[in-house]
Amino acid sequence: MKMLRQVVSVTLMNLRSMSHRVGTSLVIVIGIAGVVGVLVSVLAMSTGMLRTMQNAGRDDRAIVLRNGSAAEGSSALGLDAARLISDASGIKRDTDGRPILSAESMRALTVYKKEDGAEVNITIRGVGSKSRALRPELEIVRGRMFEPALSEVIVGEAANKQFRGLDVGDKIVTRGASWVVVGIFKTGDAHESELMTDVEALNAMERRGGYQSVTVQLQSAGAFNAFKDSLTTNPALSVDVWREREYYEQQSKTMGDIITIVAYVVGGIMAVGALFSALNTMYSAVSARVREIATLRALGFGAAAMVISVLVEAVVLALIGGALGATLAWLFFNGYTVSTTTGVFGHLVFDLAVSPGLVIVGIVWACAIGLIGGLFPAIRAARLPVATALRAV
Amino acid sequence: MKYAGLVWAGLWRKKARTILTMLSIIVAFLLFGLLQGVNHGFNEVVENLNVNRLYTSAKTNMVDGLPISYLGRIKAVPDVEHVSHWTYFGGYYREAKNAIPAFATDPEPLFAIYKEIKIKPEYLDAMKRTRTGALVSEQLAKQYGWKVGDRIPLGTSIWTTKEGSSTWYFDIVGTFDVSAYGVGFPSFYINYDYYDEAKAFGNGVVHYYLVSIADPRQATRVAKTIDTQFENSMNETRTQTESALAQANLKQIGDINFIVNAIVGAVLFTLLFLTANTMMQSVRERIPELAVLKTLGFSDGKVLGLVLAEAFILCILAALLGLLLAAMAFPSLRALVGDLPLPGSVIRLGVGIAALLALVSGLPPAVRAQRLNIVDALAGR
Repeated sequence: MKMLRQVVSVTLMNLRSMSHRVGTSLVIVIGIAGVVGVLVSVLAMSTGMLRTMQNAGRDDRAIVLRNGSAAEGSSALGLDAARLISDASGIKRDTDGRPILSAESMRALTVYKKEDGAEVNITIRGVGSKSRALRPELEIVRGRMFEPALSEVIVGEAANKQFRGLDVGDKIVTRGASWVVVGIFKTGDAHESELMTDVEALNAMERRGGYQSVTVQLQSAGAFNAFKDSLTTNPALSVDVWREREYYEQQSKTMGDIITIVAYVVGGIMAVGALFSALNTMYSAVSARVREIATLRALGFGAAAMVISVLVEAVVLALIGGALGATLAWLFFNGYTVSTTTGVFGHLVFDLAVSPGLVIVGIVWACAIGLIGGLFPAIRAARLPVATALRAV
Repeated sequence: MKYAGLVWAGLWRKKARTILTMLSIIVAFLLFGLLQGVNHGFNEVVENLNVNRLYTSAKTNMVDGLPISYLGRIKAVPDVEHVSHWTYFGGYYREAKNAIPAFATDPEPLFAIYKEIKIKPEYLDAMKRTRTGALVSEQLAKQYGWKVGDRIPLGTSIWTTKEGSSTWYFDIVGTFDVSAYGVGFPSFYINYDYYDEAKAFGNGVVHYYLVSIADPRQATRVAKTIDTQFENSMNETRTQTESALAQANLKQIGDINFIVNAIVGAVLFTLLFLTANTMMQSVRERIPELAVLKTLGFSDGKVLGLVLAEAFILCILAALLGLLLAAMAFPSLRALVGDLPLPGSVIRLGVGIAALLALVSGLPPAVRAQRLNIVDALAGR
């Protein structure tokens, strides 16, 4: 009990005197703010990307690709295959008894970024007649839905904001066809980086007879295995069946992993640098307090009180730094829109997301740096030989 | 020079502090070296690309493809030396996750266009004789343990054979060495003639025509001649130089420059603060000593110089150590930028920034030392 009182009183005294050491204290704060700011900003990139991709997938939907295809872009399904898939069990049917699914095909479209004119490829997705029932999250925010069999397209809001020439009324030229933008849609996921049109119109323009993927609405999330089994056991079909959410997670995995690794490597190196500056600061904080510490020790305060008071100071400064870094990352980058390639066929537009989880990661890093940076100076403070320290000053 | 000992002693007056400060500067310049190295590496790769090569693809989009019948007409353009082509085959080995960047091509002119890529002439002959032949890079062959003479299956999710199979068999007839090109050169080639004949649909299409020209100054004109030739046809073309194409591909990933500069900026700003603080502290503690120096007859300018010299030695020594570490670690990033040493320009830039850092962080305390009034300083006021 006595020790606890000692700890509390020394720590409070120490914290109150921190204002005399603002200059050196700021070094810890700014050093750690830099680490946490960079770490959280870069991780916000992979988080935002993953979120955008994950949102595109639902557990009660499944996507069917040709066996061995890593992505829709490299998949091909014939008309027969599409027909067989629509007969599979587990698919939800509408009031007329027709299966809710969309057989889709796509082509790449070259567009230019608004900000720097960089040339990128995005996807025009041809969707089936039941696609509105399949994707109820799709909402037309401007203009109207495309009419089937006409060369009309609707444009995702993210693509509309990021790329030139995709407003309602604009004309888009692909080989042998020209399309009119009639509406802007919102889905809040990866599809917003795309254009959509009627699959039959797209196939006619492209002189193509088949599809690339089939997305179906399952009766329930639990119906997936029945659906999958009925397709994979059909000898006339050679397909891969994915839960939609897993498929989209998989698609962004490589890029997301790369960004995460970069974040931790760069953040890790920066953390080492910040650790050295934290040590520096705390050592000088201890040496500035040599006389005070020695006096307290002479009065009978224990070594533990000294250690804890230094540690608490380091952690408090680290927390301020961590909070500052995370706040700056949030202010500058939360919702900041970027885009990156997802292979030959697409470009993903997404917002950076500084999630609460990331803020916690940043604060944990800050605490760790503060603790380690404070530990050795704290031990030094505890070990100060009282007599020499009192005489030294 | 005669003050070197004095500066050195001042620097190590508090060993722990100097070492810790140096360590954080070293770490910062290690990071600077690596990030800027990757950044410059990308740019250097793009700039050093061959200017004799042109790439012709469909104007609407590369994936639309161009008819093989264009080959003769492109060959006939004046100043064109060799013409070959690439058609994306894709495919995977055993499992879908082992993607193989396979391309169908006309091998003989291809290796005449990419002169820097080494291949034995007998391998090219063998490829000509073997319809189902494949040429693979040494790196890829090593990765999957393939040897010349092996027959390997490639699965594809797009191209079915006329027999309806989605597995193609190829005989490896030779290997080639791509290290002189750097990253990004396709590493698996099959004969276009065989591929086009055997596939069930999409025949007669190529994705890129590769054109080499004798005189790089003619690049723009030749590119224009090719494109004008096919204007207003069903398949309009777009011809780009190798570096324009590479730049466009790099931009697809995102604004790498911006991200790198933002991170480096954050690191350097933090560092500036730290070093400035260390120098400030060191001067504050030494005020009586500096006053003694002045009493002994050191001029104000000399005291200023001493403090600044200390800052310069601290920053530049540590920066050089950090850059040295970066240069040693750089080869491990081979996967990103290819076989490339840390560019000299990055090292020069790093030293320049270190000097600037020394100046900005050392000047305020140095000025303070210069203005020191002997009487006040000795009295501890």
